[in-house]
Amino acid sequence: MSDQVEEVKITWTGRIRNRAEKNLPYDRLMPDTQPAYVVSWIYVAGVLTIAALAGIIGSGVILTFKGPTWWHTSASGHFVNSLHFWSVQLFFIFMVVHLWGNFWMAAWRGGRWKTWISGLVAFAVSIGAGLSGYAIQTNVDSQWIAFQAKDGINATGVGAMFDIANFGQMMMFHIFLFPGIISLVVLAHVVWVRIKGVVPPIDAAKVEAAIAEHAASTQAGA
Amino acid sequence: MMDLKARQKEIERTHWTGPLRRYDIVKEGIIACIVVAALVIGLSALFSSPDDKALTFRGWATAMPKDFFATTVKELAGTSDSATYGPPYNASGDGQAVGPITMQKWIGVHEPIHTANDFVINPLIHQQQAQIVQNAVVTWLKASPAQQATWATNLDNAIQDPKGANGDPSKVPNGDYGPTPLLASGLLAMASSGALDGILPAPGDFYNSNNTKQILFMGDGSYLPGFGDANHLSGNQWGMMNEIGDWPGQQWLMPFSFWYQMPFVNSDATSGLSATMTANGDVYVLAIITIIMLLHFLIPFIPGLRDIPRWIPVHKLIWRQYYRRAKQTS
Repeated sequence: MSDQVEEVKITWTGRIRNRAEKNLPYDRLMPDTQPAYVVSWIYVAGVLTIAALAGIIGSGVILTFKGPTWWHTSASGHFVNSLHFWSVQLFFIFMVVHLWGNFWMAAWRGGRWKTWISGLVAFAVSIGAGLSGYAIQTNVDSQWIAFQAKDGINATGVGAMFDIANFGQMMMFHIFLFPGIISLVVLAHVVWVRIKGVVPPIDAAKVEAAIAEHAASTQAGA
Repeated sequence: MMDLKARQKEIERTHWTGPLRRYDIVKEGIIACIVVAALVIGLSALFSSPDDKALTFRGWATAMPKDFFATTVKELAGTSDSATYGPPYNASGDGQAVGPITMQKWIGVHEPIHTANDFVINPLIHQQQAQIVQNAVVTWLKASPAQQATWATNLDNAIQDPKGANGDPSKVPNGDYGPTPLLASGLLAMASSGALDGILPAPGDFYNSNNTKQILFMGDGSYLPGFGDANHLSGNQWGMMNEIGDWPGQQWLMPFSFWYQMPFVNSDATSGLSATMTANGDVYVLAIITIIMLLHFLIPFIPGLRDIPRWIPVHKLIWRQYYRRAKQTS
């Protein structure tokens, strides 16, 4: 028997763990400090978007248990539908504010393009999720939207796989496929934000240089 | 000493080493949830949400019997919008195209719909009918497709004749219509009784979750489109983002809806480029949106586009507190 210790090859699990520990240590995942420039109401739009998404999922879960036509015949059902409806409206408002805010901050700088693109993917998929939701309301709204939207969808050839007039298919898309994709994309988006950190101001170098210069001159004067 | 541009790039690429401030991500998340929950509950309690009952074939047949009859004849004649739609429902047309790119045609028929059989004959067969209607169905089924088309087209033309019936089936002169009038009357009676609403989606089947046939048939008449126009829901009325009543609709579809208001997809021309673009309006609008979306996705890599935030310094407003520090020190 050899005294030598057997060399253990690094496993896939080990590689993922090492990478996660390197790129996303706990203090980056759950920070209790932020760069001094993260002071603006625009930063709140992102977390408000996620909060509204939680509202959509929460009210959607209740509607799932009670079925797609419950809300037509029950006052409490209609109220839960209203919660779902307004959560969606707020979700898109916050998301668009978040998107425009990040555009004007040029938030893709410093290798943050994955964060930018994942945000836009979340927006695009949310449009599909919203459309499928409107198509399964089982009222005249859904009839009209199915009638109108089918032409645009069919014109692209996508209608063969996404039949907006097919209630059953839209139901599956709306309560499983789209929420699943959105949740994964939003998760990836948030993880990338945490890994790369919040993008610094466009003139950060100039500001930091001015501050350093001021500190140096003050010290020299003293 | 490193120049400012290189230093800026370094700052952007590496983790921030400058001054920090206190921040509690958990607290922020919980406060955001509370604020959004309060907003949502308040808006729901104050404004509720829209819920107008679905239209029915019974409602259509009762409110607009002549329109229902005329539309049924079109389905039998194969001249309705659905009958001539093309893929994914049938091969009666090519669908929309941008020049040589015909995605609709290339993808092909995936949900076959034969309007005469699916909208008229099968529902009549699967419901007990008066003897005269039963006989009409037998006569129709025994006839050749060419004969069926001749009968139904004769009646369709007679109903639509602007110098004759002008859309009113009761004013149609005698002609070679075969059993078509009886079939349309039979379906009208069935719709008026409410029986068609249940049978149309899947005659003879227990389960059904696909409403495509109902949507297509109802859309071929004037009942559903009339409802949409009256409620400002049509494409050229910003309908894509409108909602019935005063509720907000799908506001996020504004970039789509905008293009549907453009003259090039709303032309009355019968030939030329404008006519082609209007006939293929959906695919043109979606092609434009696809290009715009791609440009948005690729902003980080497109010089000029990615520099807009530098040229229009909205960021000075966003980071005004941070920039103020530099001013204060200088």
